[in-house]
Amino acid sequence: MMPDLDRRAFLKLVGGGIVVLVRLGPSPALAQFGRGYPEDFNAYLRIDEDGKVTVFSGKIEMGQGVTTSLAQMAAEELGVALDSIEMVLGDTDRCPWDMGTFGSLTTRVFGPVLRKAAAEARAILIELAAEKLGVPRDRLVVRQGVVSVRDEPGRQVSYGALARGQAIARTLGEEAVLRSVEEFEVMGRSVQRLDAVAKVTGKAQYAADIRLPGLLYARILRPPAHGATLARVDTSEAAAMEGVRVVEEDGLVAVLHVDPEMAGAALGRLRPEWNAASPGADTDGVFDDLLSRAPAPEVTGVKGDVEAARTAGTPVLESTFRKGYVAHAPIEPHAATAQLKEGKLTVWSSTQTPFPLRDELARTMGLEAERVRVITPYVGGGFGGKTAGRQAEEAARLARITGQPVQVAWTRAEEFFYDTLDPACIVKIASAVDGDGRITLWDCDVYFAGDRAAEIFYDIPHTRMRVFGGWMGPGASAHRFAVGPWRAPGANMNVFARESQIDVLASEAKVDPVDFRLRNMGDERMGRVVREAAKAFGWTPQPAPSGRGWGVAAGIDSGAYVALAVEVEVDRETGAVRVERVVCAQDMGIVVNPEGAIMQMEGCITMGLGYVLSEELRFDGGRMLDDNFDTYELPRLSWLPRIETVLVKNDALAPQGGGEPPIVPMGGAIANAVFDATGERIFRLPLTPARVKEALGKRRAG
Amino acid sequence: MKKSIGFRLNGQPTTLDTEEDRTLLWVLRTDLGLTGTKCGCGIGACGSCTVVVDGTAVRSCQTTLMEVAGKEVTTIEGLARGDELHPLQQAFVDHGGLQCGFCTPGMIMNAYGLLLEDPRPSREKVVDAMEGNLCRCSAYKRILEAIESVASSNGGRS
Ligand code: FES
Ligand code: FES
Repeated sequence: MMPDLDRRAFLKLVGGGIVVLVRLGPSPALAQFGRGYPEDFNAYLRIDEDGKVTVFSGKIEMGQGVTTSLAQMAAEELGVALDSIEMVLGDTDRCPWDMGTFGSLTTRVFGPVLRKAAAEARAILIELAAEKLGVPRDRLVVRQGVVSVRDEPGRQVSYGALARGQAIARTLGEEAVLRSVEEFEVMGRSVQRLDAVAKVTGKAQYAADIRLPGLLYARILRPPAHGATLARVDTSEAAAMEGVRVVEEDGLVAVLHVDPEMAGAALGRLRPEWNAASPGADTDGVFDDLLSRAPAPEVTGVKGDVEAARTAGTPVLESTFRKGYVAHAPIEPHAATAQLKEGKLTVWSSTQTPFPLRDELARTMGLEAERVRVITPYVGGGFGGKTAGRQAEEAARLARITGQPVQVAWTRAEEFFYDTLDPACIVKIASAVDGDGRITLWDCDVYFAGDRAAEIFYDIPHTRMRVFGGWMGPGASAHRFAVGPWRAPGANMNVFARESQIDVLASEAKVDPVDFRLRNMGDERMGRVVREAAKAFGWTPQPAPSGRGWGVAAGIDSGAYVALAVEVEVDRETGAVRVERVVCAQDMGIVVNPEGAIMQMEGCITMGLGYVLSEELRFDGGRMLDDNFDTYELPRLSWLPRIETVLVKNDALAPQGGGEPPIVPMGGAIANAVFDATGERIFRLPLTPARVKEALGKRRAG
Repeated sequence: MKKSIGFRLNGQPTTLDTEEDRTLLWVLRTDLGLTGTKCGCGIGACGSCTVVVDGTAVRSCQTTLMEVAGKEVTTIEGLARGDELHPLQQAFVDHGGLQCGFCTPGMIMNAYGLLLEDPRPSREKVVDAMEGNLCRCSAYKRILEAIESVASSNGGRS
């Protein structure tokens, strides 16, 4: 709605005061993520007539701390205290359109624009103050929302007083001057999260915490397997239960009750008959199955002559890497509460994409977009998994059918069943190293992982990469389950494969893995990050396997450069891998909130232990064999390694994404450390005890 | 069959006329409107529904109303005194022991139960007691620091 709205209508909508509207067109920074990523960011910042500053943005808070980092940026440029800023996020009636909150894009792409808007607002206020106080602008200084005359602190006027009676709307021009790192007072400092108190007191509301008069809780009949279809269902027993409403419409079969537990009991009384799903591959068989259905490749990164290098006489080392399906598993399952009142649909939803969800709801419900409002309360973790809006659509449909507000909150089993999983994928690499320990060939085929973070920053004369599908596009439909973006989609696999293979070469060349990387490094910024990680770790060179259980890996993601050095211990009896220590060096440009950034890095590292060591959704055909946390194992407190983080200073570069990069090299670093400890390389994630034990057993036998 | 069931909830006497085999979690979240207690798994495998009953941390998704009759139930809403946060809550804020916040009430209540039982637990004991509480945002490091900071200062107010 917002971008093309004329100014008068816009001001009417937001009220008086001073408003700066931000519009950002397609951004080159986004291009690397390929189609499907946001191309447009909008927001506005308002100083209302009593001086209150509100930032309205279609972004959402799912734990990554944007509420705080965006407020910091606005406060910095505007010259006000952090706690005087109110953030309104993810409400489609109050915020300007936004594509959604993905990956590490918020700070990097949206941040600079918000800063400019705040800087512009400050310029307007100073202009007004100059008029009011009758002094030239350059004699004015701003402190905590008060403009005063330099050296005459008595002559001052507050932002509120300046905004009073004004109705100024500006669209952001390019000329706003930003404060420099040296001037920062709020940015670059560690501050307490603005949402912390709400979250420790239980007051923070999530989509399933919304309570409305007459609210019904719905449970929906689900197939036992993907591909199974409903032949018939006998609902009579459920319908006979007191207070239960049964709904059957176009394949949607639901039971509703004012007590969610009763709805659950009623679900158990439905008597469905299913047409069985066709059989299909299982957890282990899926890789061959996928390879047989891979889409045509996109060829990138071609340099030199790969075919000639393959036959040049240097032995070619070929490896195949695999990774299974991984769930997002946020602790908050998908939930939505919907209310249809006087022709207007309001949906509180756990979503990373409120605006696309609004449009989707308008389409499926046959309503004008203005008649649909999506409100995003706090989101209990997303990691890329809360982009589809199935539960919101179900709640909206049921609210219309029943004429009452309805809540759909998925159970953990539904969450695993409908999650848009990180796809199973395969990477094959053929490479060679010469007698001087220089890599001469890199020929890489990626199946279903896309090309994120796959770029080769090593200096290699002959390279080629072929990408046979990713998490979206033609590759996505080859899977039996819905697949989608998972924290740094595809990057975890690409970096696991590349960094494992680099170690295969290092070991072949009998060179220490850190030295080998530096010797072949083609990107000095990365060289610095690797050296910083090695230094902080206390790395001493030795070719692997050294028996020490040390591993290193590096990756680039969301504009941030990151290197990890880890130490593991492998239990030779059980095959269990314990990560003792992780040192992470990251260059992410200007750091807005160092404490926040470090927290995200630690979170990434600990979360990464899951996909590397235990997480793999097991299935047989269309049937999910894991449907709760009793068998699908997430990292726990006892897994926590010693984590040390190093922020590699790079203030010449605008802030880069910090939410995801450190998770990316976890697979490579740990797999390399396991090799260093045992002499056995595991080519498949996760490195479950069973797989490690099997590899060690082979060694003993062989 | 409906029955009158009484217990103390966050210090207040509470009586409900309802079925005694209902699950405490859902009674708290619906009838009593206390939505700070979360459901993350429903089978006792994540800890996000943790409340304290007579001084012991329990999974409210695995507890019936009958089991708390006549007892003292404390939920996350009952921990602060007015605007003054409980030391554990303050420690989670100060140490950044949360991200999305969904696991946070369960984490804090589980830690609260632990400190009631043992005001100065060793690190091993803390890790052991918190092992069943999952945090997907993986704020574990800060969660541990937060709990240990309270354990080492005064053992938490009870
Ligand atoms: S909801 Fe009770 S333990 Fe997970
Ligand atoms: S803070 Fe998100 S699950 Fe713990």
